[in-house]
Amino acid sequence: MSHPKAATEFLKDQANSQWHDETLWMIRDKRDASSKSIPEWEELRNLASEIKDNVLSNLDKYLEQFEAQALKNGIKVHWAKDAKEHNEIVLSILQEKNCEAIVKSKSILTEECHLNPYLEKQGIEVVDTDLGERIVQFLQQPPSHIVMPAIHLKKRDISALFHDKLQTEKGNEDPSYLTNAARLHLREKFLASKVAITGVNFGVAETGEFVVCTNEGNADMGVHLADVHIACMGIEKIIPRRKDLGVFLRLLARSATGQPITNYSSHFRSPATGKEIHLVLVDNGRTRQLAREKFKNSLKCIRCGACMNTCPIYRRSGGFSYGSTVPGPIGSILSPGLDMKKYSTLPFASTLCGSCSDVCPVKINIHEQLYEWRQEITKHHGTVGKGLSMKLASGIFKSPLAYQFSGSLMRKVIKSLPESVIYNPLNIWGKSRDLPKAPKESFQDWYKRNRHE
Amino acid sequence: MKKEPHIGLFIPCYVDQFYPQVAIATLELLEKLGCKVSYPLGQTCCGQPLANAGYERDTEGSSLHFIQLFEEFDYIVAPSGSCVLHVKEHFPNHPGKEKSAKSIQKKIFELTEFLTDVLKVENLKGTFQKKVGYHSSCHGLRGLRLASSSELNIPHFNKAKQLLTNLDGLEWVELSRSDECCGFGGTFAITEEALSVQMGKDRLADHLSHEVDVLTGGDLSCLMHLEGIAKREGQKVEFMHIAEILNQAIR
Ligand code: SF4
Repeated sequence: MSHPKAATEFLKDQANSQWHDETLWMIRDKRDASSKSIPEWEELRNLASEIKDNVLSNLDKYLEQFEAQALKNGIKVHWAKDAKEHNEIVLSILQEKNCEAIVKSKSILTEECHLNPYLEKQGIEVVDTDLGERIVQFLQQPPSHIVMPAIHLKKRDISALFHDKLQTEKGNEDPSYLTNAARLHLREKFLASKVAITGVNFGVAETGEFVVCTNEGNADMGVHLADVHIACMGIEKIIPRRKDLGVFLRLLARSATGQPITNYSSHFRSPATGKEIHLVLVDNGRTRQLAREKFKNSLKCIRCGACMNTCPIYRRSGGFSYGSTVPGPIGSILSPGLDMKKYSTLPFASTLCGSCSDVCPVKINIHEQLYEWRQEITKHHGTVGKGLSMKLASGIFKSPLAYQFSGSLMRKVIKSLPESVIYNPLNIWGKSRDLPKAPKESFQDWYKRNRHE
Repeated sequence: MKKEPHIGLFIPCYVDQFYPQVAIATLELLEKLGCKVSYPLGQTCCGQPLANAGYERDTEGSSLHFIQLFEEFDYIVAPSGSCVLHVKEHFPNHPGKEKSAKSIQKKIFELTEFLTDVLKVENLKGTFQKKVGYHSSCHGLRGLRLASSSELNIPHFNKAKQLLTNLDGLEWVELSRSDECCGFGGTFAITEEALSVQMGKDRLADHLSHEVDVLTGGDLSCLMHLEGIAKREGQKVEFMHIAEILNQAIR
């Protein structure tokens, strides 16, 4: 479904879309308060941005250094060029360990690779242990937000879901009651699982260690109870030195939720005796994006979700309206790089207001890249045109609104036509908005009469 | 200002056609402040709507025309942040014309920043006895940095507010969401009609809940969108471009 269609659907439930907008705005507010309590906030953003620029220009070197250090630490390192290879690597490890059930903490990368359905097809039970992820997994939905996967659901929905799946009391919406039920349910899964999968927030090239940030401690719980830890990491998650972590950890949680730091920032360096750590380094389109000069710095993203919370479009259309693993502004500049045709409406799902770029902790020029993607997409109008919504394809591009408005002809047309037959774009304009009254004369005419010699 | 610089007045196409009174107010205001202003005839669209719709490459003709029309002036001033930003950032390359394009991009100003930064207007004497809500248009705000955006942790400033709060009797309203987008967004207003209208309604509601008499701003495209919604809803609030307020206030 195109973004405009999905957004129109979402907006039909006015009360819900308003609630969604306000809920996310509250998080943006918390982020504002938290970032403003740090006098050096903008300096931190500059630093983070520059560190990531350095990483992207030297990614090959850092990756080799990271691999060498990790191997020294006793970590087994795998390289996957795409989602398929990533999934096969994970499966082969599981098969080697005769493992039929795994626990997984939040990882957008495994979501991107569609690991869950792949493993389930092979008869392996996958349990997402992040509370929000578990909720959407029960519902067989993808996450609607990269930090808060179930943000589109209300307490009442979760209560009903848990009543159905976990036999909680009907109608009990108390968050601590529901969380406790989930905890007991997940505990069984944790105890039964020999392999735990996590994502990676930061891989430190200098030391070969990696850091996973969670609020629920579920990554640690999974890893400590399992014999084998598989960490799946996008190759752009590298940072050069351990001390750079200070910059990123301070920015990440504050940008994401307004917390000073995530509850758990877990460092993994080498396996405990008798245990194994596997690290799967995944490309899946990242080197292709890196080669695109105008779009490469989208790879600086640390997945804080702040651009979603601030986006007036995301807040009012919901994560699912984007139809991509990563929704919101950052999703709209990453997704066309993966499949321009499928995601052709996303760069247009923006007013280019620029709030995303100002909120981004690593200073990605998101709105400028949206603009640049538009220039790319229209070049392929013939081939991707069908993916564009009807409204986009119906020639408005060739005669945009302002051109229709300009010219004295249009002024006369508007004056003399009954409202119902006004030309198409104006018709759309006029559904819920009045048109400006056409004045007697243009400024140009006035000027000629009044000022021109 | 030294040696009476010559100002070229740039009036965006839709302002020329639909809001001549705003163009007149801009001209009169600049003249009252002692500027020598001319409006070069034959102005067309600067190309912004096409470029934002993904057809920047088709704006070569219009931007070249713009360069030729305005090359000779010392400053170019327009009552629209969004069109100024387009000229500054999204003019396509014109081989052989790089120097003229660069110089144009340096000497073009949105009206309020021209008043505060070039004319260095400090105390406007005038009266405007109304409660005013100001809509910070995004391209002016985050593109031209006409004010500090709410996302950044930098000292607060707002060029429009600096000018307006000079006026006697004017009551400046702080909104609940100080600088959220109104949802106009050029072609977005058409291609994402439902979202565009919802965003406009929400923005309008913020102003109305603060009981503003006049809703103003520096970009008529946003104001046209908000006014269109207000009219359809039968709201009484008055819409004025900031040039109209200033021109009316300083008789
Ligand atoms: S693009 Fe920036 S704001 Fe958006 S998720 Fe990534 S780091 Fe956060």
